[in-house]
This record gives sequence, C-alpha cells and structure tokens, in this order.
Amino acid sequence: MTTTPLAGRTTTAAARATDLSKVYGQGETQVVALDRVSVEFRQAEFTAIMGPSGSGKSTLMHCVAGLDTFSSGSVRIGETELGSLKDKQLTRLRRDKIGFIFQAFNLLPTLTALENITLPMDIAGRKADKQWLENVIQMVGLADRLGHRPSQLSGGQQQRVAVARALASKPDIIFGDEPTGNLDSRSGAEVLGFLRNSVRELGQTVVMVTHDPVAAAYADRVIFLADGRIVDEMHAPTADTVLDRMKRFDAKGRTS
Amino acid sequence: MLKTALRNVFAHKARLMMTVLAVMLGVAFVTGTLVFTNTISSALEKSSSKGFDHVDVAVTPGSTKSEGDRVGRSTKLTDATLKKARSVPGAASATGVVSGYAAVADQDGKLVGNGFSTKGGNYSGTAAEPDDRYPLTDGAAPRGEHQVALDAETAKRAGYKVGDQVRMSIDGPVLTPTVTGIFTTDDGNVAAGGSLALFDTATAQQLFHKQGAYDEIDVTAAAGTSQEQLKRNLDKALGTAAVDTDTGKQLADDQAEMISSSMSSMKTMLLVFAGIALFVGIFIIANTFTMLVAQRTKELALLRAVGASRRQVTRSVLLEAFFVGAVAAVTGLGVGIGIGAGMRALMDGTGAIIPDGPLVVSPGTVVSALVVGVLITMLAAWLPGRRAAKIPPVAAMNAVHAAPTAKSLVLRNTLGALVSAAGVTAVLAATTMSGDSGQLPMGLGAGLLVIGVFILTPLLSRPLIAAAAPVLRAFGIAGKLARLNSVRNPRRTAATASALMIGLTLITGLTVIAGSVQSAIDKMAADSLKADYVVSMANGNALSPDVLKTLDGTPGVTATSGLSNSPSRIDGSTEYLTGVNGKTISRLAELPVDNGTFTVGGSDVVVDDKTAKDHGWKAGSAFTAHYEDGKEQRLTVAGVYEGNEMIRGIMLDSSTLNPHITDGVSDMQVMLKTSGGTSDATKDKLTKALGENPAVKIQDRQDISNEIAQMFTLMLNMLYGLLAMAVIVAVLGVINTLAMSVFERQQEIGMLRAIGIDRKGIKRMVRLESLVISLFGGVLGIGLGVFFGWAAGQLIGNSMSTYALILPWGRMGIFLALAAVVGILAALWPARRAARLNMLAAIKSE
Repeated sequence: MTTTPLAGRTTTAAARATDLSKVYGQGETQVVALDRVSVEFRQAEFTAIMGPSGSGKSTLMHCVAGLDTFSSGSVRIGETELGSLKDKQLTRLRRDKIGFIFQAFNLLPTLTALENITLPMDIAGRKADKQWLENVIQMVGLADRLGHRPSQLSGGQQQRVAVARALASKPDIIFGDEPTGNLDSRSGAEVLGFLRNSVRELGQTVVMVTHDPVAAAYADRVIFLADGRIVDEMHAPTADTVLDRMKRFDAKGRTS
Repeated sequence: MLKTALRNVFAHKARLMMTVLAVMLGVAFVTGTLVFTNTISSALEKSSSKGFDHVDVAVTPGSTKSEGDRVGRSTKLTDATLKKARSVPGAASATGVVSGYAAVADQDGKLVGNGFSTKGGNYSGTAAEPDDRYPLTDGAAPRGEHQVALDAETAKRAGYKVGDQVRMSIDGPVLTPTVTGIFTTDDGNVAAGGSLALFDTATAQQLFHKQGAYDEIDVTAAAGTSQEQLKRNLDKALGTAAVDTDTGKQLADDQAEMISSSMSSMKTMLLVFAGIALFVGIFIIANTFTMLVAQRTKELALLRAVGASRRQVTRSVLLEAFFVGAVAAVTGLGVGIGIGAGMRALMDGTGAIIPDGPLVVSPGTVVSALVVGVLITMLAAWLPGRRAAKIPPVAAMNAVHAAPTAKSLVLRNTLGALVSAAGVTAVLAATTMSGDSGQLPMGLGAGLLVIGVFILTPLLSRPLIAAAAPVLRAFGIAGKLARLNSVRNPRRTAATASALMIGLTLITGLTVIAGSVQSAIDKMAADSLKADYVVSMANGNALSPDVLKTLDGTPGVTATSGLSNSPSRIDGSTEYLTGVNGKTISRLAELPVDNGTFTVGGSDVVVDDKTAKDHGWKAGSAFTAHYEDGKEQRLTVAGVYEGNEMIRGIMLDSSTLNPHITDGVSDMQVMLKTSGGTSDATKDKLTKALGENPAVKIQDRQDISNEIAQMFTLMLNMLYGLLAMAVIVAVLGVINTLAMSVFERQQEIGMLRAIGIDRKGIKRMVRLESLVISLFGGVLGIGLGVFFGWAAGQLIGNSMSTYALILPWGRMGIFLALAAVVGILAALWPARRAARLNMLAAIKSE
C-alpha cells in the first residue's frame, strides 16, 4: 500500500512494516493473524488502527512495537530492522525508542507517580531532561500529584501518569493499546487530548489501537484492518465517518 | 464442599508444591527418627538378651546403695562362694566371672574399637570342659599370663589369628600375650563394635586386681528347676545380706529397659529437631493458604453469596489443608522409612557396628507421622481459613480484583512489643539468677522473645530493609524495585524471614555458647595446669601404679604426681579424697590459694573453696575422715584453694591416702614435668618408656585443648546437621514466597519487560528480593542468637569462673553468607520463571 504524504508534514517514517505476516500454528490448525501487511507510520502523525475483533489490529501493533515476533516480512523502527534483533537488543530498542500506554494503565503500585514517569529513564540509567519532564508533567496536569502512589489516583489520573511516562523519555514513537478502554468518556477525552497535543505541539509520533470511533476521531489517520489485512484508510476522520466505516464491517460480517 | 475443596487442591497443584514438600520433610524427619531408633533398640535388645542365655541366676556382691556406703564394707565373691553356689540344690553349673577393661591394638598399634567398649574377661574352662559362654571357633582356651583369646569380630578387624602376638593393655603397662583361641560371643558390647579379650581365670583376676575374687557368679539351673526356684535356693545358701541374686530373665529385662531408655533420650533429641523443622514449616503453610484465599476472594464471596455459611467457607479451606497434609504425610512417611533404613546402612558403613535386625515400622510410627502431617497443615491453615470466612458476599460483585487487605498493623505491633518486652525482661532477670533457678525463666523468656520478634517482623522489616537501600542502589532500578517489592506484603515477608530466623537463631546461639564454654574449659585446663604432660588411659579408667613408677624412673622427668581417688565419709557425708604427691603438686598444678598455705603432706590437706564453705572450714580447721577401709584419721586444713571444674575437692598426700585404698591403688592420671619442657622428642621418649601403649594417652596442654576443641566441634557439627533440616524447610519457604510474588506480579513484570527491562534485569530483581528477605531473616536470627548466647552465658558464668563471652565473628560471617546463599538458591527457579514470562500474556492477564 502506498500513501501520499500530507502537505507540510515530514516524509520520514518513524516506523514501517513491509509484507509483515504473523502465522500461529501449523497445517490444519494454522491461523493467519497478519497477512503481508505493509504500512508506514510517519513522524509527527497520530495514527489509529481499527478493525473488528480478531482483525489483527493488536497483533500488528505488537509486532511493530517489538513486543511480539513475526513470521515473515520486515519491521523497521527508524533505521533499525527488528527481525534480526535478539531479545536483549529488542529490549533496549523498546527502552530507548518506544513509549507504551496500556489499557490497564500498568503502573507499578510501589512507585510514586513521579517515579513511575521516570521509570524508563531509571531502567536505562539515564538522567531525565528536567525541562522536558516539567513540560510533560505540566501538560498532563499532574504537578500536584507527583508524590502519590497509583492506588491514591483515579483511573484517569493513572492513565495520565502512563501518558507522561511514555512521553518523558522522548521516544521516537508511542504505541497505545486501547488507552481509553478502561476510562470514562471524560477522562478518555482528556487522555486523547494529551496524545493529540503531543503530536501537534511536540512533534511526537503516536500509534493507537482502538475500537472506539470517538477515540479514533482524535487521530490524523485511521487504518482499518480485517482478517489480517489493511482494507481501508481514512484521513482527518470524524467519529461519524469512522462509525459508518465500521458499520460496513458489521454488515459484511452479517451477510457473509 | 468436599468437591470444591478437592478441585481447589488439584487446581493449585503447582502452588501447593512447596507446602507439600515442607510438610513432607518434617514428617519424614519424624518417621526417620522413629524407624531408626526403634530398629536399633529392637536389634540391641535382641542381641543383649541372647547374652543372658547362659545365665539362669547371677550372683553379685551385696548391694551397695551408693558409693559412700562402700566405705568400710566390702563383700567378695570368692572360690568358696563359687563352690557353695555350685552345690546349691537345682544348680547345674556355676561359673565365676571376672571382667574389666582390656585394650587391644591392631597390627599398626592402633586401638581396636573406641575407648569405652574394650572389655576383658575370664575364660572359665579347660579343653575338656569348655566355657560354653564363649564357643571357640579356632585354637584352644588361654592358659597362663602369656595367652589370650579374642572374639572373632575383633580378630578379624585387627587381623589376628591363632599364634599371633597381640599388643594389649589393661591399665598402663603393655602386655604381649599370644592368641591361642578365637571365640564367638553374643555379648551386646561386641555386637555394638567393642572388643573382648579373655584370659584364664587366675590371670584375669590378677590383671584386673581382683585376686581370688569374682565380679559375678553365673549359675545355670538343672533341668526341672525354674530360675525363681534356683534364686530362692541361692538366697538361702549364700545369705541375702552378703550377695544379690538376679534371674537371667530379670537381667535381660533390665538390660532391655536400659537400652530403650538410652535410645529414648536420643529419640527425644531427634524429635525436638524434627519439631523445629515442622514449626518452621507452619510459616510456609500459612503463607500459602493466605495467598490462596486472597486470590480466591471473589470465588469465596460467590460461595457466600449463593448461601454458604461462614463455617462452611472455613471448613472448605481446612478440608483443602487436610488433603494437602494427607498427601504430604503419606509421602513423608515413605521417605522417612527410607531415611531410617538409610541411616542404619550409613552407620554400618562408618564402622559403628549395629546388630542385625529387621527394619521396625511400628503402627505407632505410621499413626504419628500421619497425624503430625495432617494436624500441622490444618493448624497452619486455620487462620487463613478464618480470614476467608470474613469475606463479605458483596466482594463477589466487585469488578476489580480485590486488593490485599491493608489491615492495620497497630494491634499486631502493640502485641509484639509487649510480648518481646516480657521476653527480654524474663531473660535479663534470669541472667542475674544462679545456674539452676535461672534456667526456667530464661527458657520461657527466650520463647517469648522469639514469638514477640516474630510478631514484630513486619514492623522491623521496614527499617532493616531500608538500611540495605544504599547497597541495593548499586543495582540500579532492579535493586530499587526489589527493595520496594520485599516490603510490599510485610506479613508474608515476615513469615518467610521468620522461618529462616528460627534456624539461624538456634545455630548462632549454640555456636556462641559452645565457643565460649570451650574457651572457658580450655582456659581452665591451661591455667591450672603447670605440668608438661598428663598421662591417662584412653578409656578413662585408672592407671596401674606401674605407670607412675615407670615415669619416675624415666630420665628427664623432674617431677611427677599421680591423682588417685577414694571415697570417704566426713561429717556424715561422702567426700572424694584426691591423693597427690604433696612435694611436687604445686609445681604441676596452679591453684590460687584463698587463705592458709598450699601444703600437702602428713595430716595437712588442702581443700577447695566450695567444699570448705560447705563444711565451714578455713585454714587451721581440723576434721575426721573415715577412709574406704574403715579406718579414720584426723586431718588439718592447711589451706583453701580456688577449685575449678578440672581440679577440686580435698587433696592429701598419696602416702597418707594410699594405704587406705582397698581396691588396689590406681591413678586416674599422672602429671609430670620434664627438664626439656614439651617437645616431640620428649613425648617420644615418654611414649617409648611406657611401651608405646595404644591405650595410654600422653598429652601436653595443646593436646588437651585440641581434645576439648575436637569434642565441641563434633557436637556442634552434629547440631548443625540436625538444624540443617529447619534451614532447608526455610529455603522452601523463600522459594514459595518468591514463586507467589512472581505469579501475582505477572502483569507488572510484563510491563517492565515492555518498557525496557531485559530478562537479566527481571532475574536480578527477583534475586535481590530473595536476597533481601533471606538476609533480613539472617540478621534477625544471628542477632537473637547472639543475645541468647550472651544470656545463657551469664547463667553458665555463674558456675564457671573462667567463662567469658566469645563472639565467633568468623562463624557469624559464614552464617550471614549462608543466609545470602539461601536467598540466591531460593531465587533460582522463581527468577527463571519470571524472566521467561510471556510479555504479552502477562500484560493482558488480569
């Protein structure tokens, strides 16, 4: 699949998958989760990946983010080809180049909010960029909660900590796996707002898997997956256009 | 409920494994102990009762109720007694028995058997009329002082056959008789690895200083006469005042009772250690069930919601514990029987000969093993079961996994502080009391303190683990996370560390006490001894007077003194008199004098401070001593010296005492000084002078110290071995806790992997947590052990003047290192599991 670069955006890809396939099992019981998918995530762009359950959207994200192995094809983060990396190198790549936001927040309950935010830098043994860290904390509005532990924060606040954690180490690309799945709509909107701001204002690259058309509407681009293949792509989406597109999957599902 | 409980056991097989192992080890220890001791004592009883097959009634000299009664009285069994016994109606035969100690050296000059089981006796019979106690398998009966017969076992071990010359010793001088016969015997002592050498009766009487007398007369009954009948006849003929008579059956029963009572003290000791291991196991069981209940909160709440009563919930947990305990107990029983059999084989292998006999697994053993295993498990699961019952039904409706209850520790801490304070107070109070009266309060206090500290461990864990933070910081984020994780569930960490603490407290305490006592005894031996060498028998018996004579005549020996012992009656109580050489004793022994002068000679004696105090004597006091032979003499206290554990009592000149000793003068030891001091050459010379006798020990101060040290090392090693089981169970506990933690924190571990900690980092995190918990337990255990060691030392110090606390820093370092090793070993498997977790599955799992 080829995509035309948007005017005014840089053409460099933050991540790229080429002919990416992921197959589980063998012979009769073989399941193809990804079927020769090619996709590019450009720098400073907010991409949402959508599709019905079992379409392979999470698998795609996991493979591109170096969380999962793939059967064939190639994945590049920046200039690095993931297929040839050993576990240790892959871990280092995730640590230095990639940020993650999970559906279940996944904060360490023993650490304070601030310690959770700086965790990736602590793992790397790096000092945080003070100015940047302050900006990020300011942006997600956690300045007065830094000493709290996750159990003392609301779900929305916890996910804001997770967003700050992903942004704090200035990764090349941030992956979100249903980041608003466990949040009420107001908190969800807040978190999505932060993600969009980080793209617009800080030039961050964000890729997010979601099944919520409202969440997808915050993205610059939506790609649709079905049966392990990219079946459609939409730029400047709105909740309504995304919903309409999704409905067509349902209709197809019912008729087939 | 039964079905639910069973299903739960199967569902959590892997997580219950460590619990099963812990209970199993404890049960195996108990079973092994019971099987082993029962087997040994039944074999010993059987073999010793065989030894009485040839005795229907044994006649012994008139009973002596206590040693003191011997003073002024002695009945002897003479040939006349033997003749009379033989002619009693119903007697088929009567044999005069003489026995004593006789050390036999093997071809290399080494002693056969250990010092205490080298026996000698008389072969009462001729070629025509053999001694049917000792059937000869080879050669002929010994005759005269140059012939000896050996038991087949000893002959085989030492490599002697008929015609060989044997080096042996009764009480000092070396004898070199020729072996004329090899015999078999049922003697229990030989069956247990000792040796038996037989001379003809006259020689035996002479060698054992029993001229014309027997130790015992064994009478056999004629056909048709019962043992009781024969006993009555003998009593009538010989007079009950002069002799005691016992039937063979009685003797066998007495012996059996003695064996079983000596085995039972060994059994008790082993069971105490098994109990410690089981006690440690309780912590693991409790931890496991607490976790299982916490993880099943929703499930249990659902049971409550659909109508299960609280009691039913508790019962379902207890039922689960019952199954776990039963499985563990049955396997433990099997393993324990194996251990019992293995231990016997092992002892056979190390040369401690145990008579053959079947492996005894009594019904009592089986029942106690099963009951112990099941009860311990259910007892430990009781509290978690109660907690399970308190889960409200509404917890089933909560969507979120119920967080572990962060119940306040205030109550627990208050209770712990009170109990600990009571324990410390009792221990401290006990240290000011005298030896005996202080033991009980000290034991109680120690128990209270251990319990108190256990209750307080969650509180203690925070500051102690925080103190380790600077070290952990060196390991980066893994160290920090490990520290935080280890205090995350303070109760569980506390229970895990406590399990290790108990073992290390005992190990450290025993090491401190043993080390201090050893040095105290050593100091005593060294301080009070000015002699260059001390000569004594290896089996602890008295030396022949010849030894002193020989040493006196050895060139280079400048001063000697024997130490002979004799009971006496003074002011109505029994006192032991020590005969020494009054001219030389002050050059050989260093004894500080409290008052008077250290003068021993004629009627002048010296008395130790304790005896002097008992009798109200001081320098110048006079008293009358009734000697062993019934004579009496007026003695004067010339001086009062400070006695110690090695030398104490009333000391008088041997020329004053010796004429009154009835059983033949013999010295317990001979102290001597040489012109050249101690050197290998001097020792060689002395050894040669005494005929290179394997049964005689020639020791300088260093040798005595070494002997003492060896004894303590052996004892400590045995205790370490027994306590090792408690430590092994504690290791299982650490593994258990870590495995639980890894399981509960799967999601976190997955996240950490995703955002950039590599497998090594995860492993390091788990290992460090294990290390922190183990070292925490180690520090607590060593600290408590040192405190108890100090406190017990205060008690011992009251009766042992040279006692001083010695802290074995090297050993303590080793124990701490051991705790660290425990931590690292215990983390091996959980750390691997954590590092191998599937990242994606872990992140998604709720």
